[in-house]
Amino acid sequence: MSTLLENPWFVIPLRIVIVLGFVLLAVPVLTWVERRVLALMQIRKGPNRVGPAGLLQPVADGIKLFFKEDVLPEKVDRFIYFLAPAGFLIPVLCAPAVIPWGPDDRLTPIADINIGILFLLAMTSLTVYGIVLAGWSSNNKYSLLGGLRASAQTISYELAMGLSIISVVLLTGSLSMREMVLNQQGNLGLLNWHVFRFFPLGLIATGIFLIAMLAETNRAPFDLPEAETELIAGYHTEYSSMKFAMFFMGEYASMITISAVMVTLFFGGWLSPLPFAPFTWIPGPLWFLIKLGVFIYFFIWVRATLPRLRYDMLMRLGWLRLLPTALVNLFLIATVVWWLS
Amino acid sequence: MDAVPISWYLTLSAFMFAMGVTGVVIKRNPIVIFMCIELMLNAANLAFLAFARQQAQLGAQVAGQVYAILVMAVAAAEVAIGLGIIVAIYRLRDTINVDEMNLLKF
Amino acid sequence: MFVQILFGLMAIVIVVTSIGVVAVRNPVRSALNLVANFFALAVLYLLLYAQFVAAVQIIVYAGAIMVLFLFTIMLLNLGSPAELSERGEIKRPITWGLALLFVIVLAGGVFSRLSEAQPAQDDIGTVQMVGKFLFTDWVYPFELTSILLLIAIVGAIVMAKRRL
Repeated sequence: MSTLLENPWFVIPLRIVIVLGFVLLAVPVLTWVERRVLALMQIRKGPNRVGPAGLLQPVADGIKLFFKEDVLPEKVDRFIYFLAPAGFLIPVLCAPAVIPWGPDDRLTPIADINIGILFLLAMTSLTVYGIVLAGWSSNNKYSLLGGLRASAQTISYELAMGLSIISVVLLTGSLSMREMVLNQQGNLGLLNWHVFRFFPLGLIATGIFLIAMLAETNRAPFDLPEAETELIAGYHTEYSSMKFAMFFMGEYASMITISAVMVTLFFGGWLSPLPFAPFTWIPGPLWFLIKLGVFIYFFIWVRATLPRLRYDMLMRLGWLRLLPTALVNLFLIATVVWWLS
Repeated sequence: MDAVPISWYLTLSAFMFAMGVTGVVIKRNPIVIFMCIELMLNAANLAFLAFARQQAQLGAQVAGQVYAILVMAVAAAEVAIGLGIIVAIYRLRDTINVDEMNLLKF
Repeated sequence: MFVQILFGLMAIVIVVTSIGVVAVRNPVRSALNLVANFFALAVLYLLLYAQFVAAVQIIVYAGAIMVLFLFTIMLLNLGSPAELSERGEIKRPITWGLALLFVIVLAGGVFSRLSEAQPAQDDIGTVQMVGKFLFTDWVYPFELTSILLLIAIVGAIVMAKRRL
């Protein structure tokens, strides 16, 4: 077994299968979880007819989307119209390649490259192309507005997100995501994590990342690119059948990815929160999954709780609140790191 | 480790640069002209990085990469200003055809 | 062998897309060609041991600059190619010819003069290495760049005012 794990021709495809398999299998489960949790919060039933507790609902939805008519609107830019869903989904599925989900460095991550977090930033910043091009090529004014909003929003919130990531890079002294997790290891358990580092500076960085990650994934309350009540469905108004399903899958997969980044950067990755007996028995990957679940629940919770921001409020929050806060916070963290060294 | 000779990189860079110049000369849409300028800047970056491999000293090798990063910063600044100018002109004159932008003041 | 094949593929992509940027009439298609071009360039940067520059290339160029281009094209609604039709003129074939001549002359010069690449160190492109030189030998150009960016920020805000 161990010699098999040394063989790159075996272990690299295995790593890819594990990560992609997890993301792609988690997406349908996530759609069911989201609908059930939302229903719970809004005191209604949610999907409960197909299978036990509605668990087979995603399968039914998948079959429905497969067999739906694929409508091609008039006067669309056909090449770009077909390219856009793939351009959205591919970077989202590439991004988890650098996220370590367990302590065993033979199995994870797919590639522990020395520019890990930069690769992740690059991939998340590319997802906006799918949205913008879908909005432009659909030949529909609502789609165009959705695409415009998405591009402005992504560029604005990427700055705050990047600055809060840089504070983690400062704390770690490396861009490798594995190093970032190992830097949070210690005798104090969860007090060693980056959230609680230099209290309250780490907490502020985490908060900025938390808000920026909602905006980057176009989730409520920042879902202006696809605001149903004003833009019908924004950039994917004109998409149907499997092309719509690709946008849908991409959105949920990016939720999983960005939650995993959050866990890795600030919440200790696979590390156990309390470093003594009953908690250390639980294997690392399971801790990672538990933390991931917490943040995915947070996404759904926020969607059920907060109303959508107006567009000028979104821009004001991004440029006048988050960005200066992130800059000052980064400066303070840099000062403390320099002072301690 | 077999590597590609530097001549190939430089030829590719020259090709990109030539296409950029062609675009600047024949295009009328200032946004596309801008993109062609970006193409030329990237051709320069490719040449910088290719020459960096050719150097013997470590300092000279890294210098090529530092130059590429500085070029990117300059390109970002240039795009921010340039696109701002284009939007401002469009608001004033409702067209951005470079042949019609022949007045310094309007 | 793998490196040569990868270089060949990326070179083909770069040649096709850089012709595409100029030859295509629709500005959105031009922008897309340029994005593909920058991707292939990032792969070439990786082959040249410039990992950090490759990552920055994708984050800055593909992730920010080209999105800004697309945003402007969509904002001004210049997507329809009929609006800015390029008339057929005598200068176009001449320009293409001169560009081709330029490439041939340069390629000839390059291939006859330059020798093989020297084996470079593997770690010249890491963030640590680039950062070390950027903040020691190149600190003045670096600080000048920050002033340039500040000027660009101020200029962009002035441009964005409703009345100039």
